[in-house]
Amino acid sequence: MRKWIQTAKFSILALFGMVLLAGCDNSKYIVLNPKGPVGHEELRLIIISVILCAVIIIPVLGIFVYITIRFRDKEGNKAPYQPEWADSKVLEIIWWGIPIVIIAILGVFTAKTTLNLTKPPVQNVKPIVVQVTSMDWKWMFTYPDKKIATVNYAEIPAGVPVQFILTSDAPMNSFWVPQLGGQEYTMPGMSMGLWLQADKVGTYFGAGANFTGKGFAHMQFKVKAVSQADFNKWADSVKKGSPVLTKAGYTKLEKPSLEKELSFSSYPNGLFENIVNKNGGKYYHHMSNMGDGSSMSGMDMKK
Amino acid sequence: MNTSHFFVTGDPMIYGADASIVLVTLAIVFYLSYFKKWGWLWREWITTVDHKKIGIMYLLASLIMLFRGGVDAILMRLQLAIPNNHFLPSEHYNEIFTTHGTIMILFMAMPFMFALFNMVVPLQIGARDVAFPMLNAVSFWLFFIGAMLFNISFVIGGSADAGWLSYPPLSENQFSPGPGQNFWIWGIQISGIGSLATGINFIVTILKMRTPSMRLREMPLFSWSVLSASIAILGVFPILTGTLLMLTIDRLLGGHFFTMDAGGNPMMYVNFIWMWGHPEVYIVVLPAFGVYSEIVATFSRKRIFGYSSMVFSMIAISVVSYYTWAHHFFTMGAGADVNIVFAVCTMIIAIPTGVKVFNWLFTMFRGRIRVTQPMLWFYAFVPTFLVGGATGVMLAAAPADYQYHNSYFLIAHFHQVLIGGVVFGYLAGLYYWWPKLFGFKLNDRLGKWAFWLWQIGFYVCFMPQYALGFMGMTRRMYTYNQTMGWDMGWAPLNFISTIGAFLMGICFIFQAWQIIYSIKHGERDVTGDAWDGRTLEWSIPSPPPVYNFAILPTAKGRDTWWYQKQEMKQDGYKKEPVTFEAIHMPKNTGIPFIMAIFWFIAGFGFTFQWNWMGIIGLIGVAGTLFARSFQYDTDYWITAEEVEQTEKALGRL
Repeated sequence: MRKWIQTAKFSILALFGMVLLAGCDNSKYIVLNPKGPVGHEELRLIIISVILCAVIIIPVLGIFVYITIRFRDKEGNKAPYQPEWADSKVLEIIWWGIPIVIIAILGVFTAKTTLNLTKPPVQNVKPIVVQVTSMDWKWMFTYPDKKIATVNYAEIPAGVPVQFILTSDAPMNSFWVPQLGGQEYTMPGMSMGLWLQADKVGTYFGAGANFTGKGFAHMQFKVKAVSQADFNKWADSVKKGSPVLTKAGYTKLEKPSLEKELSFSSYPNGLFENIVNKNGGKYYHHMSNMGDGSSMSGMDMKK
Repeated sequence: MNTSHFFVTGDPMIYGADASIVLVTLAIVFYLSYFKKWGWLWREWITTVDHKKIGIMYLLASLIMLFRGGVDAILMRLQLAIPNNHFLPSEHYNEIFTTHGTIMILFMAMPFMFALFNMVVPLQIGARDVAFPMLNAVSFWLFFIGAMLFNISFVIGGSADAGWLSYPPLSENQFSPGPGQNFWIWGIQISGIGSLATGINFIVTILKMRTPSMRLREMPLFSWSVLSASIAILGVFPILTGTLLMLTIDRLLGGHFFTMDAGGNPMMYVNFIWMWGHPEVYIVVLPAFGVYSEIVATFSRKRIFGYSSMVFSMIAISVVSYYTWAHHFFTMGAGADVNIVFAVCTMIIAIPTGVKVFNWLFTMFRGRIRVTQPMLWFYAFVPTFLVGGATGVMLAAAPADYQYHNSYFLIAHFHQVLIGGVVFGYLAGLYYWWPKLFGFKLNDRLGKWAFWLWQIGFYVCFMPQYALGFMGMTRRMYTYNQTMGWDMGWAPLNFISTIGAFLMGICFIFQAWQIIYSIKHGERDVTGDAWDGRTLEWSIPSPPPVYNFAILPTAKGRDTWWYQKQEMKQDGYKKEPVTFEAIHMPKNTGIPFIMAIFWFIAGFGFTFQWNWMGIIGLIGVAGTLFARSFQYDTDYWITAEEVEQTEKALGRL
C-alpha cells in the first residue's frame, strides 16, 4: 500500500507542477484581472466565495486524513473502537450549523452584489448606450446616439459607464467581455441591459458564450476602450469614411456568415427595435429596454 | 426526406463505424447461431422479469454507453489539443459534444443507476422482486431501444448537434432541419417514459415490498437514497416528457411553442428543460450518496453516524433541488430578485450535502477502516466532491456566475461533481455489490491500476479546465485560433487536458480487462457475505437464487445481518429449524421487448417524418398493451420441495 501512497504523492506534485508551469503568466487569467468596476466587484465576490469554501474544505480534508491514519484496521492499532457509537446531538448541531452560517454570509454578499450590478457602476458620469445584436455568426453593435454601426468590434470611452442593450437575430448567444465584467444572454425578441465600464484604455477580448451552431467558435469580438476624445474622433471618422448600412445591406448581413471587422456610417432607422419586434418582442413588451429613450412601453427590468 | 441522405456519408470515421457495426453484429449472430444460443438469449434474458437479470442488462448497456461517450470525449479532446486543428470539422464536433452529453447523462448515468437499483434494492429490503416486475422489464427495454435509436443516428440520418439540452430556437426546424434533432427527441422521449416507470416501480417496491418486519426508519440508507431519487423522478420526468412533446409538435406539426416567430418563446423551453434537468443531476447523485453510506459503514465496521440526519438530508436535497433550476441561466436577464432567490436556494443544497460528508467522516471515526476496492473510490470521492461542491457554491453566487457561465470553469465543475460524485459512487457500488450478483470479486491489482489512472487522469484532464475558464475559453468551441492558443495561453492547458482524457481512456481498458480477467480468475465468494456486510443482501447466497429469500427475513432494527452474525457467533446459538413454503413468482414475458420494438418503429418513423410508419409503431404499442391485459397466465409457484433442494444445493441447510 505504501507504494501506492508514494505514487499518489508523486502524481499530485507532478500535476501541480504542470499547471503552474502552464499558467505562470498571471495576466493570462483575464477573469481574475479585471479592468473595470463591474469586473472588480465580481472578482471580489469570487474571492469571498473561495475563502468561505476554503474555510470549510481545508479542515475537513485535514480531519479526513487524520481519521484515515488513526483508525486503520491493522494489528495493534490502539485507537478506540466503538462500533455502536453513532449519534451525537452536539456534533450534529455543529456541522449543521457551520455550513448554514457560511451559506448565510455568502448569501448576503451575493444578494448585495446582484443588486449593485443592476445600477450604473458610477453615478456621476453620463452613461452611453451601445446596442448589441448577435447574429449567425457575428456581432453587430449600433450606437443610437451617433447613429453608427460596427460589426465584430466595439469602441467605448474609458471611464464612462456603458449600458449594453442586448438582443439576438439568431439563436440565443451570450455577450461576454471577461475583463470588463460578466456576461448576459442575447435573446431573440427580448432586449436586456448589461452595465459595463472600462477604467483603463485598452483592447479587451470578447466572446459569444452560448452555442449557436456551425460558426459559433468564431464569434469573438474586440472591445476597444479609448479616451473620450479619441472615441469622438473615431465616431466622426466612421461617420465620414464608412459605407452606409442599408436595409438591403442588413438583409445580406443577417444571413449566416463569418465577417471581419466592419464599420457603417449609418443604419436604417429603428433597426434594433425592428429586430427585437420581429423576433417576438411585439408579444412581450415588458421585456424590452431599447436604451435609446424611444422605448417600448412597460417597465425596464434593469433600472 | 431525400433517401440519398439516409446513410451518413463522407467521413472516413463514419465508414469505419459502419464497418465495425456490421462486423460486430455478424459476430454476435454467428456466435448465437453456432452455439445454438438464440433460445437461451430469449428465455434467460430478453423475456426475463427477474430484477437481478434486468439489473445486469442495465449494467452492461451502461458500460457500453460509457465506452461510446468516452470515445466521443477523446475525439473532442484530440480536436482541442492544439490550436487551429483540422481533425474534426465544426458540424462533426458539434454532433459529438451533443452526443457525449446526452449519452453520459441519459444513457450512461441513468441506466447505471437503475442497474444498482435493480441489483440491490429488493435484496436489501428482503423482497423477492420489485413491485411490478413486468413494468420493470418494460422500463429496461424502453431505455435500451431509446438508446439504440439515439445511437444509430451517427450512421443513419445524422446526429443531433444543438447541445445535450437542445435549446430552441437552435433546435427548431429553422436552424436544425433534418432528422438529427428528431433522433435526439425520440431517443430521450422513449427512454424517459421507461425512467418514469422505474421511479414509480421503486417507490412502490420500497413502500410496499419490504420484508414485513422492516420499518421505514430502519431501512438501509441506499434504499432510502433510491426512495428519494425515485420521488424526484416522479416529480420531474413528466416535465421532460411534456417539454419534448412540445418541441415535437413544433418540429413535426409546425407548432410555435418555442420558435422565434409567431409568438413562440424559447425562454419557456429553457425554464422547462432545467426544471427537469437540475433535479436530474440530484437524481443521479443521491443513489451515489446511498452507496457511500453503505460502503463507509461496512468498511469502518461501525454503524452509520447520524442516520436520521442522513435520511433527512437526502429528502431535503430531493425537495430543494426542485427550486434551483434558474441557476442555469442567471445570465438570461431575470431580475435581481429572481437571481437572489435561486442563488440562495442553490447554496442551501450545499448544507445537507456537507452534513453528509461530516457524517461519513464520523462513521469512520472510532471505527476500523479497511481500504478495499469499493472504499478506495470513496477516498477518491471525498476530495473530488468537496472541491467540486465548492466550485458549485462559487457558481451559485449569481454575480460571480456572470463570469463563469458557459466557460470551461463550468465544464470543469460539472465534470468534477458528476465524475467525482456519480461515476466514482457507481463504480464503488459496482465493486461492492459485484460479488453479490456474480459470486466472485473483481481482481484487486487491475482494479488499483484502473483506480489510479482514473484519479491522475481526472485531475490532469479537468484542473486545467478551471484555469481555461479564467482565461476566457467558452464551452462548445470546436477550435480556437493561434492568438487564443498562444497569446491568451489556451493551447498548453488544452494539451494537458487531452493527456488526462487519454489516461482516463486507458483506465477504462483496465476495467474492461479487470472484468474479463476476473470472470476466470476472480476470488470466488462462497459465503454470500464477501465484505463482512451489515445489511440483508449479504445474508443470502451469491449469486442469489431466483426467489432471493427462501424465507422472508426478520429485520431487527438497522444493520440486521450484522447483529444476527454476532448472535450466531455466541456460544449456544442454535439455528432455528426452518420450514419452507411455496413461493409465488412472476412469469417471463416477451411483451416488453415486443413493445419496445414497436416504440422503435414509431420513433424511427417520426424521426424521418414518415408519419405512416410512426403511426404503425404506436398502434403496435397499443396492441401489445391490449394483448397484455388479456394475458392471465402471468405467474407460477416454486414448490417448497424445490426451494429446499435449491437451498441445499447452495449449502444453506
